[in-house]
Amino acid sequence: MAIVPNPHKTTGFLGWIDDRFPLTKMWKDHVSEYYAPKNFNFWYFFGSLAMLVLVNQLLTGIFLTMHYKPAAADAWASVEYIMRDVPFGNIIRYLHSTGASAFFVVVFLHMYRGLLYGSYKKPRELIWIFGALIFLVLMAEAFAGYVLPWGQMSYWGAQVIISLFGAIPVIGPDLVVWIQGDYIPSDATLNRLFSLHVIALPFVLVGLVVAHLMALHEVGSNNPDGIDIKKKKDENGKPLDGIAFHPYYTVKDIFGVGVFLIFFLGVVFFAPDGGGYFLEKPNFIPADPLVTPEHITPAWYFGAFYAMLRAVPSKLGGVLVMGGAVVILFAVPWLDRSKVRSIRYKGMLSKIALTLFTISFILLTYYGLQPPTELGTLISRVGTIIYFAFFLLMPFYTAMEKTKPEPERVTG
Amino acid sequence: MSNQGVDAGRRRFLTLTTGVVGGAGAAAAAWPFLASLKPSERAKALGAPVVQDISQLEPGQRLTLAWRGKPVWVVRRTPEMIATLDQVTPDLRDPESQEPQQPTYAQNEARAIKPELLIMVGSCTHLGCSPTFRPDHPAPEIHSNWQGGFFCPCHGSMFDLAGRVYKGVPAPLNLVVPPHRYENDTTVVIGEDPAGAA
Repeated sequence: MAIVPNPHKTTGFLGWIDDRFPLTKMWKDHVSEYYAPKNFNFWYFFGSLAMLVLVNQLLTGIFLTMHYKPAAADAWASVEYIMRDVPFGNIIRYLHSTGASAFFVVVFLHMYRGLLYGSYKKPRELIWIFGALIFLVLMAEAFAGYVLPWGQMSYWGAQVIISLFGAIPVIGPDLVVWIQGDYIPSDATLNRLFSLHVIALPFVLVGLVVAHLMALHEVGSNNPDGIDIKKKKDENGKPLDGIAFHPYYTVKDIFGVGVFLIFFLGVVFFAPDGGGYFLEKPNFIPADPLVTPEHITPAWYFGAFYAMLRAVPSKLGGVLVMGGAVVILFAVPWLDRSKVRSIRYKGMLSKIALTLFTISFILLTYYGLQPPTELGTLISRVGTIIYFAFFLLMPFYTAMEKTKPEPERVTG
Repeated sequence: MSNQGVDAGRRRFLTLTTGVVGGAGAAAAAWPFLASLKPSERAKALGAPVVQDISQLEPGQRLTLAWRGKPVWVVRRTPEMIATLDQVTPDLRDPESQEPQQPTYAQNEARAIKPELLIMVGSCTHLGCSPTFRPDHPAPEIHSNWQGGFFCPCHGSMFDLAGRVYKGVPAPLNLVVPPHRYENDTTVVIGEDPAGAA
């Protein structure tokens, strides 16, 4: 199929550009004539908010990099320099650190929306897979970023996370040395995590976001009813239940941005450490390889996965379970055998399963951040089993339950 | 484009061989990048083996030296100390040293090449604090069956005089025995295996 330049026949300066670059075409295809279902609800704010937070992280990150020094001897002092001496440096850093937590808040909710409305089901499997890859890269990015201030939690977090690779049989110990570039987490480790954090992973992240959106715009957005709006079109070929992304959803999303910023900036200005969860207390002490903090906790967004790691009474088993908890996300499009997409029309079993999954994830996150206790370990074990059962039993409960009939057109 | 006169077999062969050669080239080009992540010469120099003269170490004494940023203990155990190793085994989590916390040549009851010389990394396997040397016994405030050993002040983990962990403490594993060898009767090299041992 030949590409025809300027299909919309614009003239003048814009026409000159459109003859050479698909500016108007891209604007219409992806924004002003991209038809999204008209019944988007609250859950549909989080995709655009994730984009906003990504932009925040990139911008604040660029400015932090201008003042930060990625060396074990200087890193801590350079962060303090940003906090105390750089004009507005503390605000820029808090925007970045709060942005990291906000990223996980909106991404968790965005992924949960996908589970609620079956947004991963055919033909949107690749959107989900690109999304799961984004989540994976985001976790690596967050970990690398957390190490950079070279505080106690940075150092010991790096020690714990990197030593997870030591659980791999045979090559584990050598792999750890290779990853660290030294026999203990050191200057070499910090320097390479800096490189990954500011160059490699952001590149990959932005590339995956582009792929995620391209796949989305190729097949069109799902909606809370999980029905295909392209089946009912008007005489011009526009979906009857679709509305143009611009101006309808741009305005809706900007409203969402306004509400989000109230909460986000509220944290940035008034509680930048997020009650010890966004910036943990031991990270206000410089890294000391000879003194371990009393209680090592991961950042809150890794809590659920850390709880699973601790719940398994074997190091390799724990690492496998923790890794499996993320990897299993990739299989979701093929685990769900339901005839319908949305939870609205799924049967009781799916609703019970999703409710139990939600509770278990919240409990796992909570107990992952607490010091280990017998009760906590027991609850973590039950939670881990529920987490995996939700996914592994999905082919059965989604296939056997009775679904409700889907409507012809989208509902409210 | 016409494919007339094209020898398909020849084209396939050339495509395949070009692909294989290109792939080998790409793998070779990746090697320097991956290898650059290994410990640098400077890191290796700082992590080099430590040579220590132990001729002055008296029975019952402990010597602490630093290897790869961690404390390493050398304890010259008395015959009485070695005799205590049998008395505490019922209270230990891993008395046979099943877990790979030591090189195979130190996987014995004394966890040492020479039973009288204990060489061990002095970091608690719980969270890396350095346990204190408590050869005194009995010490009921530590454990009812305390025959001397190492006690971690951070979270109360207990180890016997071979660094074997007691039951019911936070530390999951015995203390680590580093690779080491004896250059002669009075010199130990920490960080190197004995000749012939893996």
